[in-house]
Amino acid sequence: MWDYSDKVKEHFFAPRNVGAMEDANGVGDVGSISCGDALRLSLKVDPISEVIEDAKFQTFGCGSAIASSSALTEIIKGMTLDAALAVTNQDIANYLDGLPPEKMHCSVMGREALQAAIAHYRGEAWKDDHEEGALVCKCFAIDAVLIENTIRSNHLHTVEDVTNYTKAGGGCSSCHEGIEEILTRVLAERGEVFDPDAAPAPVEPDPLPIAASGQSSMTNLQRIRRIEAVIESIRPQLRMDGGDAELVEVDGNSIYVKMTGACSGCSMAAMTVGGIQQRLMEELGEFIRVIPAEQMPGTERRSAHG
Amino acid sequence: MGDIYLDNNATTQCDPKVVEAMLPYFLEQFGNPSSIHSFGNGVGRAIAKARKQIQALLGAKHDSEIILTSCGTESDNTAILSALKCFPGRKEIIITTVEHPAVLALCAQLEKDGYRIHRLAVDGKGRLDLDEYRKLLTPNVAIVSVMWANNETGTLFPVEEMAAMASAAGVQFHTDAVQAVGKVPIDLKNSAIDMLSLSGHKLHAPKGIGVLYLKRGARFRPLLRGGHQERGRRAGTENSASVVGLGKACELALEHIEYENSQVKALRDRLEQGILSQVPNCFVTGDPSNRLPNTTNIAFEYIEGEAILMLLNKKGIAASSGSACTSGSLEPSHVMRAMNIPYTAAHGTIRFSLSRYNTPAEIEQVIAAVPPIAAELRRLSPYWGERGPLAEPENAFAPVYG
Repeated sequence: MWDYSDKVKEHFFAPRNVGAMEDANGVGDVGSISCGDALRLSLKVDPISEVIEDAKFQTFGCGSAIASSSALTEIIKGMTLDAALAVTNQDIANYLDGLPPEKMHCSVMGREALQAAIAHYRGEAWKDDHEEGALVCKCFAIDAVLIENTIRSNHLHTVEDVTNYTKAGGGCSSCHEGIEEILTRVLAERGEVFDPDAAPAPVEPDPLPIAASGQSSMTNLQRIRRIEAVIESIRPQLRMDGGDAELVEVDGNSIYVKMTGACSGCSMAAMTVGGIQQRLMEELGEFIRVIPAEQMPGTERRSAHG
Repeated sequence: MGDIYLDNNATTQCDPKVVEAMLPYFLEQFGNPSSIHSFGNGVGRAIAKARKQIQALLGAKHDSEIILTSCGTESDNTAILSALKCFPGRKEIIITTVEHPAVLALCAQLEKDGYRIHRLAVDGKGRLDLDEYRKLLTPNVAIVSVMWANNETGTLFPVEEMAAMASAAGVQFHTDAVQAVGKVPIDLKNSAIDMLSLSGHKLHAPKGIGVLYLKRGARFRPLLRGGHQERGRRAGTENSASVVGLGKACELALEHIEYENSQVKALRDRLEQGILSQVPNCFVTGDPSNRLPNTTNIAFEYIEGEAILMLLNKKGIAASSGSACTSGSLEPSHVMRAMNIPYTAAHGTIRFSLSRYNTPAEIEQVIAAVPPIAAELRRLSPYWGERGPLAEPENAFAPVYG
């Protein structure tokens, strides 16, 4: 069975805010094709202050789907709609002390139900913009659709390319066969043959379209401040696990971070770095790479025993 | 009262007599059966005895037809890959849509390598169409591989008849019988089955031991080559303690086959009837008139299997589900999809699989536990109203899918 956190179990065994709501003025019905889970979120919104006065849910789904729904209602009660719209699926997962990678889509379903319910309240049409595929990389929870789209839009050729762009395959490497299969299929579409010995595309300079737009809208100083703010927001979590992280240098798309305490040398360090990278990419809206400070050019020797 | 184990199609508890029989082969008789000295030759005799015990349960004509392997999956893979090696000109394989992943995933891979895989469909009760099968039996087929009993529903396939049809067409026939052995009488000497897979841990022997039955005279190519073990058909030092355990387990299974088909079957029927009579909107999947005596698979509509299992587990009851969530895959069980079970029911299928260790008291406890669990989860379900399912539930709640 899944390794669910105590918080997930608590919210599954005693879910909060269950049921239909007769005087709801915002309702969101969404489903996740993985698992076949489905969720109805009902909101009672104060029309003047736009504060969510009450939230209830009905869920057809597994343990983590029910727990995610319960957590979502607890998080958003009392929030204004604008504040609620800023709630991410990661917030839901964090509230539950994490979800297994295969179950992250349950938190995504929660965030989508919230968007759908608010759109319904505001009389807007809501359209789901993300497509979900089979989970390929379990270390970083990357699915097949994301990998396929990334290969297509960036003209990738090798497993290493896929890892550089999506992180998939960057952990335990068990999914490399699956990534090669996707590469074979997508390359065949454009009349190419997958070559396992091909050299990966140069990582730099590789400004992606989103990178260009993301960077140009901020000054260098604003961007670095933003990066600092994101890392600051992650530090309390790391400290809880006895570790810490510190921003050392920003060099174009490469962001050097020093991992200390329990994080340094921990077998999960690679995943932590991946997690920070994911958050930064989401916040900055551009493709960046988080690199441990020891790997910064010119520092290899000095930091070896530091 | 301890926890109640109703997941015997997943794996079984070792019989204490099996463990007792195995113990000397760890500390005393630990020698290599191929060795001449006294540490080894007793082991050789013990393996020979185990082979006889396995032969008896399968009704095989010769004990040399028993090839010891590491598990059911190895036996399945060996059988299919052997036929492809023996008949290199034949590029087709016949299986069913509801086989175990040990066959399905191998064949999916072989398909990528250029083989043509025919997957026989099943009807709503999980039954095959033998006319469709007959038409596919051509000289292009290297092997037919059809399970004896389905692991999820317990539905039995007419493998003896299908083997005779394959034999008449000159095609090798293999059956994955890991769920059937010990639960249905098997008499291989009077059948046309060329190969059969057996798994020890499904019949109260330990994990990590299996058998491939190979009919004398059937063409064969080994998967593993190396030493002369198993007459050169499966190299690798024998897992001697487990072989001895499997032999004992087969002897016990033969003794209990009547019990399985009377007492265990009666407990299963009582459980099924007890649940169906109390919980609205649930039904048995598969073919209730033709299935294993120990298995019932019940679909609870409008609720999800993993959630049911977690609540059962909290009450100390172990079962399993065909829900996608329990496996982390994208789809509910391929067996439920093959039978066209709607997804609002397929995600809520629960398999209860019993063994000779279950008691009537345990079954009554499960019957009492299930209805409140279904009611609680339906209280959370958007498809369910105060008095029962919403009118036209699929229309009343039609979410936007991501």
